[in-house]
This record gives sequence, C-alpha cells and structure tokens, in this order.
Amino acid sequence: MTLLSLNNMKTDIGQYAVLHGVTLDIPEGGVFVLLGRNGAGKTTTLRSIMGLWSPTPGSVTFRGADITGLHTAEIARKGIAYVPENMGIFGSLTVEENLILATEKGRFDQPRLKRIYALFPALEQFWTKQAWSLSGGQKQMLAVARAIIEPRALILIDEPTKGLAPSIVAAMAEAFREISQSATILLVEQNFHFAKSIGRDMAVIDDGLVAHAGTMADFAADTELQERLLSLSA
Amino acid sequence: MENLSQFFGRFGGVYLLPVGLALGAFVLIGAPSSWATLTIAGLSMGMMVFLMASGLSLIFGLMDVLNFGHSAFISFGAFVAATVLSALSGWVGADSVFLNSMALVFALLAAISFGLAAGWFFESVIIRPVYHDHLRQILITMGALIVSEQIILALWGGTPITVLRPHFLEGAIILGNVSVEIYRLFAFGLGLVAFIGLYLVLNRSRIGLLVRAGVENREMVEALGFRIDRLFIGVFMVGSALAAVGGAMWAGYETLITPALGGEMMIVVFIVVIIGGLGSIEGTLLGAIMVGLTANYVGFLAPKLALASNMILMTIILLWRPNGLRPAVK
Repeated sequence: MTLLSLNNMKTDIGQYAVLHGVTLDIPEGGVFVLLGRNGAGKTTTLRSIMGLWSPTPGSVTFRGADITGLHTAEIARKGIAYVPENMGIFGSLTVEENLILATEKGRFDQPRLKRIYALFPALEQFWTKQAWSLSGGQKQMLAVARAIIEPRALILIDEPTKGLAPSIVAAMAEAFREISQSATILLVEQNFHFAKSIGRDMAVIDDGLVAHAGTMADFAADTELQERLLSLSA
Repeated sequence: MENLSQFFGRFGGVYLLPVGLALGAFVLIGAPSSWATLTIAGLSMGMMVFLMASGLSLIFGLMDVLNFGHSAFISFGAFVAATVLSALSGWVGADSVFLNSMALVFALLAAISFGLAAGWFFESVIIRPVYHDHLRQILITMGALIVSEQIILALWGGTPITVLRPHFLEGAIILGNVSVEIYRLFAFGLGLVAFIGLYLVLNRSRIGLLVRAGVENREMVEALGFRIDRLFIGVFMVGSALAAVGGAMWAGYETLITPALGGEMMIVVFIVVIIGGLGSIEGTLLGAIMVGLTANYVGFLAPKLALASNMILMTIILLWRPNGLRPAVK
C-alpha cells in the first residue's frame, strides 16, 4: 500500500530548478532509501515533502490526502517527522527539553520513552546535559529520538551516518531496523553499504529526476547499474 | 587561561562582571556614600534599559529582524504614560498612596496596551513583507521610526513635556550618608519583576521552550509541528509592550521628555543587546546592568568620557566575546 506519492514534483530554489519532475511512490513500512550523487536533488526532495520548499507544479499525497502547499507545521502534524542533514538539534536546550518539545502534549509517554532509552542509552545518561555538549553520534541519536518520541507514520532522515564512527553507524542501523517495524523511513544516504544493509526499497535521484526505482535487493545485485547511476566500483 | 576561566565559571562566570566593576569603582571612587549612590543609580538605569532592550533582543534573536523602529515603542510608551499621568494629575498629586498607585497602574497599563497594539500592527503590516531581507528591514523600520516621531510631534508638539511623578515615588530614603531616590528603587524593582517573569516564562513553560528553540532554529521548530509565525507575533507584541513600559519608566526618571527620547535611547539599547548576546534574557540583563553601572561610574570619575563609555565597554566585551556575554545559542 502506498503511503506517500510524489507526482511530477518540481522545485526551484531561487532561480535554479533543482527538481525537474520527481514521481515516486513510497510504500508503507520498511526503509525506503533515496540514493544519488551529490547535488542530485535528494535533500531537496525531502525538504519539498516537508513543505520547507514548495514544489510548483506537482503534488505530494500522504495517506491519500493532498498535502501540497500546506505549512510545514501542518505537514508535521499529519504524522511526518523530519531529521535534517545538520540534525536540527537545539544546542542550548537539554536532551530532555529537545525531546519534550517534540511531544504533542508536552509530556512523555513512558513506554515510548523507555523504548528510546533502550535504543539510545546515551540519551538517558546525558538527560540533563545541554545538547551542544553531546558528541556527533549522540546528537544524531537525539535527532532520531526526537522524530520517534510521538507515533509517526513517516520519518524523513537525511544522511544520518555522515561523519559518524563505524560503531555508531552500526548502532544506528540497528535502531532504524527497529523503528521501521512501526513506521516507514524515507532515508537519504550516501553510504551505499549502510543503505544496502537496511533498505527494502530504493530509488536513485539523478539531476532532479528519478533515474531508477525498485527493490534494494535487485539494485544491490546489479553492479553495472550501480556503476552507471552512482559511479560505484564493484 | 582555561583553568582561570573554569575557576571563575564555578563562582558565576560572566555574572561576576558587574560585581568586579562595582568593586573596581569602589576603589577608584573612594567615598563609600558616593559609590553607593552611583551604584544604585546604575542598577536602576540598567533595569530600565533592560525593559527597553529585552524585547529587541528576543525579536532580533528569534525573528532575525533588525527593528530600528523599536525606539518608537519607547517614545510612544513615554508619551502615552505621560499623557495618562497628566490626565490623572489629581490622583498623581494626592496624598493617598492608593490613588498615586492607581494613576501609575493606569499609566503603565496604557503604555502596555499601546505597545501590544502597536507591536501587532508593526509586525503584521511593516515587518512581515520584509522577513529574511535585512537591508529592507533596516530601511523600512528606519522609515517607520521617522513616521512615528512625526506622529508624536503632531500629537504632542515639539516642546519638551513635563512628566508628573506619582507623589509616593517622590523624594529619597536616607540610609546613613547615602541618599536613595525612591523612584530609582521602584524602577529597579519593576525591572527585576519583569526579568523574573520573563525568565520563568522562557525557562519553565512550553511557550518559553518554543521561543528558545525558535531563536536557534526556526525551521526545525516548524518541522516539529509548531506555527512559529504565530509565535513571532506574540513575541513581537510582548517585546513592544516591554519597550513601551521601559519608555514610560524612563519618562518618569527624566521628568522632561521630547520626541527624540526613543532615538537617543536606541543606541544604548543596541549596545546592551549586542554585548548581552542575541536572544538571551539573562545576557540582556547582564548587558543592561553593565551599561548602567559603567555610565554612572564613568560619568562621575571622568565626565568627558561619559558619552563614549558604553562604546568602549562594547568594544572591550566584543573583543573578548564576539557573540556577547551570554548568547542564547552556543
């Protein structure tokens, strides 16, 4: 079943056309990975879905409802969470404050909080610390935790492994597998090995268009396609 | 250097600066009674400037808006309060603390109401079309400031207006050799109450959490499901109302006001916001107290340097801490 549909989505940033007509269906459940070279339009795709840049023309449909042109806040309240490339952590706020801000009613659902502690034990340890004092990996954990502190149907995550140590990347992969049991993850990722290990479906964005879409298993097996679309050597 | 910084950090860090400044001035001034009078004058001036500057700091920090028209709220607050006090002159001069207080309350409420309404109008009509464009913000808010000053000239005329002080705030308390003006004590108390109120709202409420988060990353606050544009209006209105209250208090302090009052105070207000650190209420208070104390101490010790003292203070602090003493964002 399709959760999110992008239909001929075109986005301009200033005078530059970045997306030239992205059409893509994201099925419900699992991890859907957007791959592509630098500057291909992956981040712009996520930001356009989130309403941070308005796609004109084109449409975005979420759970069957047209969300094109809605305010970012309204899109978020429909059940879409966003973890930007720079993580978007509020550095002057504590770990607790960062998380409570993302709750709907200003208080924690205890079972959910325990689940977050289980996924990211460091957050419990640094609960009262200001977020700027966390390491890069801990900040990324906080950013992801903030996205799942309330039940969300879709979580958009932009390059979560960038600059992280291999041990943190492995922990992140485990967390994403767990999270994708109850929510769909749309992941932008440059690290193909990481993407391959957790992705169920995938698409390659190239020059503002969808160059390929399919299952990750098929794409991982096709080294010629990888070489052509991502310049990956076998 | 790092150890020294940690050592001072344990005892209050930058919050020790006003204490250090006061102790240094004590040594230089020599006479304890003069020092005490100057210190109290500096603290009360600092608190009034804090009222005027706190709103600008939040507006600057949260909304990234360079509002050069902020001083219009200070001027209007002063003139509106002066008009109400003049209309209630019978209560102001009465030998009744209750009637005096009521006159003061009405004057401050009038200034607050005006500030809220003007803030809403300013944000909706003047600022909203120029978000994300600093050059246009400067031009349009400077234009609005000029128009505002002309409106004040048209309504109240160009001659200085005498501001009546409620009877119970006249006079001074004598403590040993130190004479303390009651009005200054009141101004200090009101500023302190405003600071505590703002501090509690910003640090103990969800709205405050949103404002602090918005100062850092507006986009992310929206991505969490909050309409920050609505929060902007609220912050702008509160900031304008605070400036109007600051203007009203300053009018009572000066007792003679002209339409140029806001413009004159604006330089001091900007200095306070810059040295305190953008978007930080604690930083604004710290900056305001430093500015108040410095102006009074330097005015006494080296009158010829009085006008330049705050500029010198700002230069020294920015060389040491380019983001201000206590910026909201690390």
